[in-house]
Amino acid sequence: MTTANRVNDFTIKIATVNGTGSASANTLLMKSIFRSGVPVMGKNFFPSNIQGLPTWYEIRVSRDGHVARSGTVELMVALNPETYARDVRELAPGGYLLYDSTWPRPVLLSRADITVIGVPLAKLCNENFTGVRTRILMKNICYAGALAALLNLDVERIRDLLGETYGRKPQLLESNMKAITLGFEYTRAHFPCPLPLSVERMDRTAGHIMIDGNTAAALGCVFAGATVAAWYPITPSTSLMDAFKRFCERLRIDPDTGAKRFAFIQAEDELAAIGMVLGAAWNGARAFTATSGPGISLMNEFLGLAYYAEVPAVVFDIQRVGPSTGMPTRTQQGDLLSCAYASHGDTRHICLYPADPGECFEMAVEAFDLAERLQTPVLVVSDLDIGMNDWMVREFQWDDAYRPDRGKVMTLEQIESLEKFHRYLDPDGDGIPWRTLPGVHPKAAYFTRGSGHNQFGAYTEDAAEYQQVLDRLLRKWQTARQRVPRALIDGEGSEIGIVSIGSGDSAVREALALLRAQGVAIDYLRVRAFPFGEEVERFLAGHRQVFVAEQNRDAQLRSLLTLETAVEKAKLRSLLHYSGLPVSSRFIVDGVLAEVRGPAGANHDRRDRPAPEGRAGSDAAAEAAAMPGREAPSPAQATTTV
Amino acid sequence: MTFIAKPKVTHPSLPHNALGLTRRAYEGVLSTLCAGCGHDSITAAIVEACWRLSLEPQNLVKLSGIGCSSKTTAYFVSGAHGFNAVHGRMASIATGANAANRRLSYIGVSGDGDTLSIGLGQFCHAIRRNLDMLYIIENNGVYGLTKGQFSASADIGSRAKKGETNRQPPIDPVLLALDLGAPFVARSFSGDKRQLVPLIEAGLKHGGFALIDVLSPCVTFNDHEGSTKSYAYTREHYEPAVLADFVPREQPISVDYPPGEAREIALHDGSRIVLRKIGADYDPTDRAAADAAVQARGGSGEYLTGLIYLDAAGRHPEFHQVNATPEAPLNSLPFEQLSPGSAGLRTVLARYR
Repeated sequence: MTTANRVNDFTIKIATVNGTGSASANTLLMKSIFRSGVPVMGKNFFPSNIQGLPTWYEIRVSRDGHVARSGTVELMVALNPETYARDVRELAPGGYLLYDSTWPRPVLLSRADITVIGVPLAKLCNENFTGVRTRILMKNICYAGALAALLNLDVERIRDLLGETYGRKPQLLESNMKAITLGFEYTRAHFPCPLPLSVERMDRTAGHIMIDGNTAAALGCVFAGATVAAWYPITPSTSLMDAFKRFCERLRIDPDTGAKRFAFIQAEDELAAIGMVLGAAWNGARAFTATSGPGISLMNEFLGLAYYAEVPAVVFDIQRVGPSTGMPTRTQQGDLLSCAYASHGDTRHICLYPADPGECFEMAVEAFDLAERLQTPVLVVSDLDIGMNDWMVREFQWDDAYRPDRGKVMTLEQIESLEKFHRYLDPDGDGIPWRTLPGVHPKAAYFTRGSGHNQFGAYTEDAAEYQQVLDRLLRKWQTARQRVPRALIDGEGSEIGIVSIGSGDSAVREALALLRAQGVAIDYLRVRAFPFGEEVERFLAGHRQVFVAEQNRDAQLRSLLTLETAVEKAKLRSLLHYSGLPVSSRFIVDGVLAEVRGPAGANHDRRDRPAPEGRAGSDAAAEAAAMPGREAPSPAQATTTV
Repeated sequence: MTFIAKPKVTHPSLPHNALGLTRRAYEGVLSTLCAGCGHDSITAAIVEACWRLSLEPQNLVKLSGIGCSSKTTAYFVSGAHGFNAVHGRMASIATGANAANRRLSYIGVSGDGDTLSIGLGQFCHAIRRNLDMLYIIENNGVYGLTKGQFSASADIGSRAKKGETNRQPPIDPVLLALDLGAPFVARSFSGDKRQLVPLIEAGLKHGGFALIDVLSPCVTFNDHEGSTKSYAYTREHYEPAVLADFVPREQPISVDYPPGEAREIALHDGSRIVLRKIGADYDPTDRAAADAAVQARGGSGEYLTGLIYLDAAGRHPEFHQVNATPEAPLNSLPFEQLSPGSAGLRTVLARYR
């Protein structure tokens, strides 16, 4: 690491034990950097556990506004002895390690090429606070104080932030401030401060907010006018529903009667959750659910019914690591295929792929419009990285002229003017039939069924009648192609392209900037919806070689592209990252360079191969194999094929 | 046979209800079930009950799952929307539909396979939520469409058409519903229209979850000697415990009831159920006693029928009361009441800056 100019450009990683309250310290650090006008990103790598397992929090400070993981760590805050060994290993050469020197560990933590900073956090807190829980909590705030000294953070700004959190509890404000001061003063007295890694005031965060994608999506549901929310708790989607409820309890209470202008139903399982959404949407309410991979598996049958019987629904899939239960608190893009083709028979579903919380907000609103306009389920395919981490995004905008697109729902007047209503005709030629709502007029009644039906809505086993409806659904799919969000394209003229999706976007964009600086120009397309539009087809056709960067093992996006476009499979090269941690820009850079500068005809896909993690001191082989900055696979690992 | 249009001929002498509609207005398409199927009698009872109640056809919502019973929602009230859900999951569709519009009447028709096996969880949770709906189980002890397998309601010792004897204990939906706190629990027989029609009327008007488990023999797969769900067995072994009459709001109580033997229970819309005891020892408003009576009869192969339990005290709040939703249906709320607008957004986002 060159420490010459790391002002506003470095990554801090904080290793603690979950359940000890480090989240508030980390948020405090993030916000104080953000309020200094410096772009910042935070990612939480937490265990599926309530208390006692290792947890990490990564804060990237980036003057250039990059919000992906860089792939290196310059400052490690090692507070969990169980993970000391791997935390020390992960630090970049020339980096800094802050640890709790109440229990000195000179041997374990030493490495020739790093600087170790020992602050006796526990000792300071034990001397100044009483009560076991308070001491543990304050130890975290104390390291925030130490970091404030090392990074040159504004202590008054930290006080203001604590004031916003503990405004009504002055004792808590004072004890937190005391802990900050303890860490700050000790560090400044014993070490040269600030470090070459430090924060200097900028003005690059104006007009931005720090928010997670689940909160943003929930807000989108409130603004889109959703009234029925049904769900079954599952990580990492739960916070979306919690946020919806919280916003509704603030924004949707009838001021006169206290009545709640929403129904929030905790279902018995995901089978019921999606059923409730379909029942409510069929009956004219905007309804949604949020889930993760296992829930999508359970919802398959109802999603097929909704596709065939043409019932709107909005489903948020906050992807986590599969298969099966997998790693519930780690991120992946492993549901791309299962969402696109959920359920048996010929079914395809509209999917939207947000890349950050800003798009979560916008696409939540758009999902309801599309679902009702096209009378079909719309899946908003997010992931844990977007959903649960704090992202710096542009402040959301709302157009007060917006009104929901409720699609082709007949009014009473329209119904009265009809001779007879038939549910599945295609009078407008766009494949979208007209529907009616219960309770309006007896002439409008029809029978919704997942069994074979003809265009009049009646039961049928007649080959031609059945096929007529199925073919009309295909016409509707073509209409959907025109209406879903376009893919975004950046750059033109290169014969090499790269395609990514969802949360991989920030890493790819940073990687492309780094590659451009090294003379490698690549055009970029980010898929934002399924079905793919014409622009995706053109982009694939227009490049000699196309990298497909995604976060799963089986190259699911590449599969979708080969299935749904005319692209030649041989020109697609996969960059696959599926460790459960968000992809870094470095992984993309290395993968692209290995291909474009590697031996001619290498033609290999590239996979992330994290080194196996030994427990502290217990796995010598793993330790020996692991190199600092371990996200870069060794050359031998770069030559695996799918 | 649904492709044959059912002729809508209205004889001028047919009686009209308060809406001026004849029973024909409450019929649906032609049934495709086997001739003599108990389910068709239940369909006729539903038609009769809806006509007597003078329900606006469009204000009824018909829901079902998969199976012979679930087909029947197409055979009544063609002016009502119907939703034929996936197998065993009608209850969740009903929950969402009811959440969206609390003003309509919801009738779910299911079978013993649909409710007691694949749909057992959703059935239990609809009861737990006290969803305002009438849930009818057309109970024949077998899977008809897949040709005669035992269902979970088959009694121990009951013999299948092909000779196999059932050795697993049945799940009794009535006992289950009592246990889960359902406020309205009835059992009836497809062959007893006099008992069944008022139960359906009362179940539709009752403002919470109403269950009617209707014994409905399967003439093709479970109507033989040795079956405990055949017409012959059911006629011999069923015992009405209590007579329930439904009295609409407009109609005064008839003076025919002997004093002391009739008990009147008002429903939320002003209509009433009049309960008349048959056995002197039976109190249909005592849940523990009702449970004991059903258990006792079950042991001896008897079916206790009628309005077995009615929660006269209204102990459990209904779904919308729990959720504190407004009187106006959620699907009718104006957008301005739902979306806080750009000023609202700025306020919300202040804490994320």
